[in-house]
Amino acid sequence: MNRSDLINSLKDKVALSRKDAGKVVDTFFDALKETLSKSDRVEIRGFGSFSVKNYKPYVGRNPKTGEKINVTSKKLPFFKVGKELKEMVDKS
Amino acid sequence: MTLTKVEIVESVHNQIGLPKNKSTEIVETLIEIIKSTLASGEDVLISNFGKFCVKEKRERKGRNPATGDDLMLEPRKVVTFRCSGKLRDRVNGE
Repeated sequence: MNRSDLINSLKDKVALSRKDAGKVVDTFFDALKETLSKSDRVEIRGFGSFSVKNYKPYVGRNPKTGEKINVTSKKLPFFKVGKELKEMVDKS
Repeated sequence: MTLTKVEIVESVHNQIGLPKNKSTEIVETLIEIIKSTLASGEDVLISNFGKFCVKEKRERKGRNPATGDDLMLEPRKVVTFRCSGKLRDRVNGE
């Protein structure tokens, strides 16, 4: 399922125009992006939570050539699956 | 500040101008759609944000950390999230 499928499915379920359903989906993910870009947390009960993890710099290697590469420190969003979703997915 | 459903509903209410209770219903429906899609085993891909994938884990040997007993972990399904390159750049302030 992609963004467009999600918009169509939402539109049919809550009686919104395609345009407004699109706005809802964008507003939803924009809010998440905005929060994560400030390194803040997102918590949605039953779904999961997002946080930003800091990774320290390390010396990596190109697996093909064996060449050493310095990997700089970085931040990555991390998603922890909520209990309800976890159980829903495993049961199916 | 942690973002929760309340703040997301507030943004939707401001953006679309729908009543609060309707905005809450819409946001909850959106979350339910994503959840039931993942529960059916289908991945959810959101461009510029990331993708939620359902992964099948095979049976493996584990150990009870409290007692040290060997045990078999059943095969299971889990949800993973992989962030998009654009979101990653934004989080790193690029």
